[in-house]
Amino acid sequence: MDAIFLQILNGLDKGGAYALIALGLTLVFGTLGVVNFAHGAIFMMGAFCAVTLEKLLTLSVKVKDESVTFFDAYKETPYLELWFGDTGTAIIDWSVPLSIILAIPVMLLIGIVMERSLIRYFYKRPHAEQILVTFGLAIVLQELVKATFGANPIPQGAPDIVSGSAAVGAIFGLGEAVVYPWWRLIYLAFSLVTIGLVFSFLHFTTYGMVVRAGMADRETVELLGINIERRFTIVFGIAAVVAGLAGVMYTPVLPPDYHLGMDFLVLSFVVVVVGGMGSLPGAVAAGFLLGILQSFSSMTEVKDIFPGIDQIIIYLVAVVILLTRPRGLLGRRGVMES
Amino acid sequence: MSETKLIGNVSRRTILKGSAATTGAALIGGTFPMHFIKNAHAQTFRGDPGSAASVKLGFNVPQTGPYADEGADELRAYQLAVKHINGEGDGGMLNTIKPLELKGNGILGKKVEFVTGDTQTKSDAARASAKRMIEKDNVAMVTGGSSSGVAIAVQGLCQEMGVIFMAGLTHSNDTTGKDKKRYGFRHFFNAYMSGQAIAPVLLDEYGNERRAYHLTADYTWGWTQEESIKAATENIGWETVNTVRTPVGAGDFSQYITPVLNSGADVLILNHYGKDMVNSLTQAVQFGLRDKQVNGKNFEIVVPLYSRLMAQGAGEAAKGILGTTNWHWSLTDAGSQAFVKSFGQEYGFPPSQAAHTCYVQTLLYANACEMAGTFAPWEVIKQLEGFEFDGAGNGPTLYRAEDHQCFKDVLVVRGKENPQSNFDLLEVVKNVPRAQVEYPADMFGGELGPYQV
Repeated sequence: MDAIFLQILNGLDKGGAYALIALGLTLVFGTLGVVNFAHGAIFMMGAFCAVTLEKLLTLSVKVKDESVTFFDAYKETPYLELWFGDTGTAIIDWSVPLSIILAIPVMLLIGIVMERSLIRYFYKRPHAEQILVTFGLAIVLQELVKATFGANPIPQGAPDIVSGSAAVGAIFGLGEAVVYPWWRLIYLAFSLVTIGLVFSFLHFTTYGMVVRAGMADRETVELLGINIERRFTIVFGIAAVVAGLAGVMYTPVLPPDYHLGMDFLVLSFVVVVVGGMGSLPGAVAAGFLLGILQSFSSMTEVKDIFPGIDQIIIYLVAVVILLTRPRGLLGRRGVMES
Repeated sequence: MSETKLIGNVSRRTILKGSAATTGAALIGGTFPMHFIKNAHAQTFRGDPGSAASVKLGFNVPQTGPYADEGADELRAYQLAVKHINGEGDGGMLNTIKPLELKGNGILGKKVEFVTGDTQTKSDAARASAKRMIEKDNVAMVTGGSSSGVAIAVQGLCQEMGVIFMAGLTHSNDTTGKDKKRYGFRHFFNAYMSGQAIAPVLLDEYGNERRAYHLTADYTWGWTQEESIKAATENIGWETVNTVRTPVGAGDFSQYITPVLNSGADVLILNHYGKDMVNSLTQAVQFGLRDKQVNGKNFEIVVPLYSRLMAQGAGEAAKGILGTTNWHWSLTDAGSQAFVKSFGQEYGFPPSQAAHTCYVQTLLYANACEMAGTFAPWEVIKQLEGFEFDGAGNGPTLYRAEDHQCFKDVLVVRGKENPQSNFDLLEVVKNVPRAQVEYPADMFGGELGPYQV
């Protein structure tokens, strides 16, 4: 029971990350009709917003270690600690949550620049060409990050106060050994809130309503005199912000490196396809579903019966769903079928 | 008249037939001078620089992909080794390795040049790159590493093509065990040695009543490390609760870590390397494993194969964690100091263990050619087999003839709690003597194969 409970939490946590990335992917696909293979790279760039801020906050005065003579070994003390003492230390400790403030404008800008300077020229081109150009863009972005930050993962700590584990077992009347890292619980809550905000924006604001109208019938909306293209550009920016924030918040879970986006990209596409191309609720549902299935398939009890199932479960489910529901779980007729 | 006629009737064809028969008979008899066959007394081999003024070596390292940083460090070490062999720089370990016939004038008087390749940490890409170096660039030797899967694949190719492979960082028992090859040589230590080196330290630090849970990277290196560490820890009285294989590059290991919480285990052994190790260790610490008390003892995490680059990636999570390494820049013997000095002055930071093994391998190959007086691989192999040397940073070392594995001291290290500087991440807990990590040559099976292919 304890093990099942923990795997559900793991699944929800993983699912939260998949759903956030898939949400942005399907949003872009639904509005602009673009299959964006650079979306994983946007997630990675978000994570590197956190890395950048941490590097800025920990700019340090370097004291050379005189015992080392062959090269420059030095001990670093961050300026913030020197200038502000404990307050400085606390600011550095909270660098990941603080990165959100940096990531929102940066990712919005990156998204808009990407759309205006490259993606918009591919709206009417075949999907294969969109995939090629966005995949190429992803490679360029990750090589830029590698050239700047190196290939090794760069650890990012969660704030001290939430770096330990929560005794969730005690809350739910399970064993004392049932604990779960605070930060992962925060990540889950963050994904749910972000997903809620995106849905609210699309459903309860006029702007969102126009966007949805544009997704359903672009020509009619344009005939009504609305500049739908500009709104779609903003939507691309919002998708980038969602993926970017998902990346920022994920850094304490997984030390980011330049390849982080590619690791998630393929899975996210499977999530989008299983959920149904262009369907936002489908992407979210499929994200959580596949996350939970992946966690359960990794249990020793399951692997004893089906060895290696944890590595193929997602693709197996994708095959089954596509065979039984070719448009995915909540896919609409006509999407990618012209 | 008849005689004249006879001579007159001798056709060109008859003369040709006659001379061919004479040549054949002479060849069979073995007395006919063979001056018309080029290099008649020397056997040809791939990578032969012939009369060229230089000889080429092939450095096949991961320049892209997850081990790119380690690959970059290996490449730096190779370039430094080439400099020193060619007589440039301060000579590094040329001044400390004994015996050594290198004179600082290249190899056999030929200047050393090199080509590089990108393995991408993928067996097929690594083989393609090595093949290109051998066929197109005519390299006399291929070297490189960072993954045992890749090393074994490239070693197999080098055996087929008759070119020596000096393995870089590869830690699987299979490299010089069941997959050993006559043309492959490994200076780096292996999983069995890690187990033998770390077990007594684990016994001292954590006692003999422990229950271990293994998470293992699902490929050759992980399997052999799990096997070796399991055997070594069971030898000191530990019980193995479970061994779970995890896909390479899993990223998020949470679904593999949560079962540990309720398993009754009080030690988690991470048979992971590189990015996988950084991720699994970080996440295990996040799940509160190190703050846990199980069976009345503190829960402990062990990383049998450690490196400074990985400790850097894991940050805080690496502090206090025990593991083993092949070498560490803080060693104070003359060989290590000479290498750290050269490397540090050239690049501004200390070398990694991967850099160290690659540097030493290059010098050892060059020296073996000098000793053999030729680049012919079968002669060079014979010089390396059973070669004993000192001054390369690990004490007296033997290149065992039977399996081409180096035997030398192994380091048990711990993630430093209070680093004095940005490179001061590991502390050496114990320098384990060579005798403690030795094993019979036939223990892991395998056949070396022929000298000439």
